Amino acid sequence: MSSMTRLVEVRQNVLKKNDLLARDLRKRFHEAGVFVCSMVSSPGTGKTTLLEKTLGLLGKKHQVAALVGDLATENDAVRLARSGAPVRQITTGTLCHLEAAMVETALEGWSLNDLDFLFIENVGNLVCPASYDLGEELRLVLMSVTEGEDKPLKYPTIFNTADVAVITKTDLSAAVEFDATAAKFSIESVRPGMKIVEVSAKTGQGMDEFRSYLELRRGYLKRQLQNS
Amino acid sequence: MHELSIAMSIVEMAEEESQRSGGLRVTSVHLRLGALAGVVKTALLSSYELACEQSSVNGSKLVIEDVPGVVFCSACNARRPVSESEWFRCSTCGSLASELVSGKELEVVSLEVEE
Repeated sequence: MSSMTRLVEVRQNVLKKNDLLARDLRKRFHEAGVFVCSMVSSPGTGKTTLLEKTLGLLGKKHQVAALVGDLATENDAVRLARSGAPVRQITTGTLCHLEAAMVETALEGWSLNDLDFLFIENVGNLVCPASYDLGEELRLVLMSVTEGEDKPLKYPTIFNTADVAVITKTDLSAAVEFDATAAKFSIESVRPGMKIVEVSAKTGQGMDEFRSYLELRRGYLKRQLQNS
Repeated sequence: MHELSIAMSIVEMAEEESQRSGGLRVTSVHLRLGALAGVVKTALLSSYELACEQSSVNGSKLVIEDVPGVVFCSACNARRPVSESEWFRCSTCGSLASELVSGKELEVVSLEVEE
């Protein structure tokens, strides 16, 4: 015989804890005046190379820093530190994504007030990072021209949660017969109106526009915060 | 495989709620899961069993209510089901839908507890 049961209403988002922490982080970032930009993509799309070049370009005029997530090794942090910017590696062990708590821990001891831009490079994964808000202002999802134009259709969740699609390795477009129109159609199908940027971190093509866009977004946020 | 992390969050939430209700034994946890939430149902169910072990809600069942992905197409002025990949392409007229109505739910609705 089963005993009597009753229902207790909960009605809570499963990721509430992460969401609340991310909200606190976002508030801290706003107060400190640092523009936070996260990057997600599959492994090998060129997040670290793009970040390396972006830190170099923005670093001429602004204070920049980066957090990089990987399952193991400090390789990316070592590589990025060559730009002169403060960089910290978050090694997640076996975890396939970053969570807001890891970002909070990684920031310990850093004076956010001294920063203009902070980049968070997520673990290379197009599935799991989608669900976790990190407190970022802008989420970039990267796809390289070598990955196929239908990548957004295969991983709609992550493209839908991102703000900007960055098409990387455009210097290889001709070699792989990349169809930009088809890629844009795919992106639109999962996130209508999404901003699309095309870059080659290797040749520098599109990098100035990318840098300007980030500066523009930071300026826009600053004005928005001043007026509120 | 972030389903295990999600399952652990659900278990944590259930433990907290059961404590709040006076430590009653939880027999099941009811979850609403959207088709577009990026969570695999079968993986979540097996992760849940694993996450329950060593917890105070061990032995409880995860009951999942599937929530379909639905968009609102302004061209048709109607709600349309979301296709697996082209979320915002209206399945009837092919134009871009303006709004996601449902599908991203990942919510613990209620607990069933023993009196």
